[in-house]
Amino acid sequence: MPNMSMKKNEMPAQAPEIRNKNFQEVTLGYSTEQAIDEAQRCLNCKTKPCVSGCPVQIHIPAFIQEIVNGNFEAAYQIIAQTSSLPAVCGRVCPQESQCEKYCVRGIKGESVGIGRLERFVADWHNAQPDVKIEKPASNGHKVAIVGSGPAGLTCAGDLAKKGYDVTIFEALHLAGGVLVYGIPEFRLPKSIVQKEVNALMQLGVTIHTNAVVGKSISVDELMESGYEAIFIGSGAGLPRFMGIPGENLNGVYSANEFLTRINLMRSYQMGSNTPIMSIRKVAVVGGGNVAMDAARCAKRLGAEEVSIVYRRSETELPARKEEVEHAKEEGILFKLLSAPLEVLGDEKRFVKGLKCIAMELGEPDASGRRKPVEKTGSEFILDVDCVIAAIGTSPNPLIKSTTSGLDTQKWGGIIVNEETGQTSKKGVFAGGDAVTGAATVILAMGAGKIAAKGIDEYLMGKTQA
Amino acid sequence: MYTIQKKVELNPTVTLMEVQAPLVAKKAEPGQFIILRVDEDGERIPLTIADYDREKGTITIIFQIVGATTAKLNQLKEGEAIHDFVGPLGVPTHTKGIQKVAIVGGGVGCAIAYPVAKKFHELGAVVHSIVGFRTKDLVILEDEFRKVSEKYLLMTDDGSYGEKGLVTNALKELLDAGEKYDEVVAIGPMIMMKFVSQLTKEYNVKTMVSMNPVMIDGTGMCGGCRLTVGGQTKFACVDGPEFDGHQVDFDEAMARASFYRDFERHAYDETCNLFKKEVN
Ligand SMILES: Cc1cc2nc3c(=O)[nH]c(=O)nc-3n(C[C@H](O)[C@H](O)[C@H](O)COP(=O)(O)OP(=O)(O)OC[C@H]3O[C@@H](n4cnc5c(N)ncnc54)[C@H](O)[C@@H]3O)c2cc1C
Ligand SMILES: Cc1cc2nc3c(=O)[nH]c(=O)nc-3n(C[C@H](O)[C@H](O)[C@H](O)COP(=O)(O)OP(=O)(O)OC[C@H]3O[C@@H](n4cnc5c(N)ncnc54)[C@H](O)[C@@H]3O)c2cc1C
Ligand code: SF4
Ligand code: SF4
Ligand code: FES
Ligand SMILES: [Mg+2]
Repeated sequence: MPNMSMKKNEMPAQAPEIRNKNFQEVTLGYSTEQAIDEAQRCLNCKTKPCVSGCPVQIHIPAFIQEIVNGNFEAAYQIIAQTSSLPAVCGRVCPQESQCEKYCVRGIKGESVGIGRLERFVADWHNAQPDVKIEKPASNGHKVAIVGSGPAGLTCAGDLAKKGYDVTIFEALHLAGGVLVYGIPEFRLPKSIVQKEVNALMQLGVTIHTNAVVGKSISVDELMESGYEAIFIGSGAGLPRFMGIPGENLNGVYSANEFLTRINLMRSYQMGSNTPIMSIRKVAVVGGGNVAMDAARCAKRLGAEEVSIVYRRSETELPARKEEVEHAKEEGILFKLLSAPLEVLGDEKRFVKGLKCIAMELGEPDASGRRKPVEKTGSEFILDVDCVIAAIGTSPNPLIKSTTSGLDTQKWGGIIVNEETGQTSKKGVFAGGDAVTGAATVILAMGAGKIAAKGIDEYLMGKTQA
Repeated sequence: MYTIQKKVELNPTVTLMEVQAPLVAKKAEPGQFIILRVDEDGERIPLTIADYDREKGTITIIFQIVGATTAKLNQLKEGEAIHDFVGPLGVPTHTKGIQKVAIVGGGVGCAIAYPVAKKFHELGAVVHSIVGFRTKDLVILEDEFRKVSEKYLLMTDDGSYGEKGLVTNALKELLDAGEKYDEVVAIGPMIMMKFVSQLTKEYNVKTMVSMNPVMIDGTGMCGGCRLTVGGQTKFACVDGPEFDGHQVDFDEAMARASFYRDFERHAYDETCNLFKKEVN
């Protein structure tokens, strides 16, 4: 008998006024009872509309039924057939616009908490004693992976399981990509990412940190040195700035810099030698996940007042709904329908304000969203000493400019065959944000899987031919 | 492991280290730099590649102890290892078509200027080196510079060694005496590079400066190292670190370099205290 409650089981969480002063995880995860109760809300629909909303088509009703029966490991194994990072995706997927959007329970009431259940299952699995992962027998083929974000990690894992000799080249000193330098600890504990990375190493994957492909070694040189195929998962790390006066004043950060100082370099911890400014009032420009993360980090650093400055209205905020709600609970202010015009500085060139203008929504633009237009004479000044630009990123040009014969879009995205991940260059595959521009963890992971299959087919075809 | 093969104290505050880093040594060129972390919790700091040995697989760095991280680095001994060491980063020095060059180095900037002077010398260019230090005890790389320079002018602020005066005085004299340089390369404190650039602009001599803004990743990911050059935003770690000195907004760059002064002073004091405790 299904549980016909209209509402999802609530997610236990740290109280807002406590959590906005620490970096520990905000949400605490379902208990076994809550998980089973929530799983019982699933109607096990024959048509499985939810599955069509998941970019990697996890067998959602099947894993949920295993939870109902208390078979959590079986549930995990079902998810693992199609996803390699359930503990991550269960936490950070924009479920409301993916799987849960199509859940029939959502027509009247709230959809099943699919993401929360996925996280429950993954955390349950991770809490069991480690099963020693056997290193598969080698098939003698060498593959190089550029970048260790979700795309690279997934591609590496799938290939290693098939017996490939896989080496990851990562520019930073730590593997994980945006999962370690961008998404904060309070949303995605780094120990979860580390666990995935450790599992890869047990599978025999070599991880070369401190290796910038295109500088330390190029894609062409990797080919010459015996790698038969290469996967590029270098992400979209190049920050965009606002292009307004005062942008280079002390106190103006790109979200990437601000978040890297905090997440990767742990500048919020006592004794860290990586500086971060002590902030009083902060404006974060942008409305996506990155903006929410920056704002919530700023609050945790002790800022009195943190505002999101976004030029459209609440309905257009691209961030996950949960993050917007969490941000509001934590006391983040939302200055909607506002656009920045100029960063104002003092005589020592430190930020002392942000001049903005009010906007109103006009006709829908090419993206179908109503276009914001300036309201004349509505300028106002926000009293801030720190401005964080979270207005998007694009692929770093380094790989393209150092790799012969690699075709890209005008904006920098690498062009691939969507079914195989194959680029214009023989033996070179790509996926994730490097191909799509800034997107999501689950899409990057899915692209890593597709490319692993593409690489396997390419190399096996070569050996048989 | 990035093992320290050799450590030499060049003067009381400047140390040279030869570090095992084969991947970096294979590709390093003058003008490029590395980023290192001393230990597992360390910050990332950039240092120029002062020399490299492709066969031995080593990179030489020369650094001045100015704060917490350089102080920690200086505590490491031969045989010990640096936790992280990545490079080569940045664009190598442009050398094409230059037959006569003046290299202007200030203080520890000479460590950055030396490999550039050496490269020009090896390519057959005429090299005039003008180096400046506060006082005699701080002079570094004198023999090395002399070996690769047709002219070597050493200036000290207090006149305790070489000529008394600033590098700009010496450069002006050379220019006034009719020396024609295809290029001037100035590497040192920001203020020195600014004044060298102002001077050479009057004489219409192309001038490259090596900028050293605060960096983290060094791959173009954070934008923290941005500068205004010719009215445009540039990332020093990937577009530089060398730029046309006549185009650089030095005042902005100098302000940005002081962004974390308070934090840094505090971190340095803490580190010094820590070391004192360890010694006792
Ligand atoms: C702050 C923030 C919050 C986000 N929140 C969410 C969220 O809640 N939900 C969600 O689904 N998505 C979120 N995203 C987006 C998501 O993180 C990305 O779409 C995803 O990480 C892309 O994965 P990737 O593997 O393609 O690249 P990345 O994760 O960017 O990893 C690329 C890796 O390649 C390395 N690299 C780059 N160039 C080189 C080179 N030349 N040589 C060697 N290594 C190189 C980089 O250092 C990096 O480690 C967020 C992004 C950010 C920045
Ligand atoms: C491309 C480049 C090449 C450099 N090469 C050399 C070199 O060969 N030898 C040398 O002695 N110094 C070099 N520097 C400067 C060196 O990086 C700084 O002296 C060092 O980071 C100081 O660290 P600290 O913690 O000891 O001192 P701190 O007290 O933290 O800082 C002292 C000053 O150093 C600068 N600085 C601090 N952190 C950084 C950082 N992460 N990146 C850049 N500058 C910073 C700031 O201006 C600061 O005020 C170079 C800098 C750059 C950008
Ligand atoms: S991976 Fe993401 S979209 Fe797919 S089921 Fe899990 S939470 Fe939903
Ligand atoms: S649509 Fe909702 S109720 Fe139906 S199977 Fe999927 S999760 Fe269960
Ligand atoms: S140091 Fe981050 S972009 Fe240059
Ligand atoms: Mg420091």
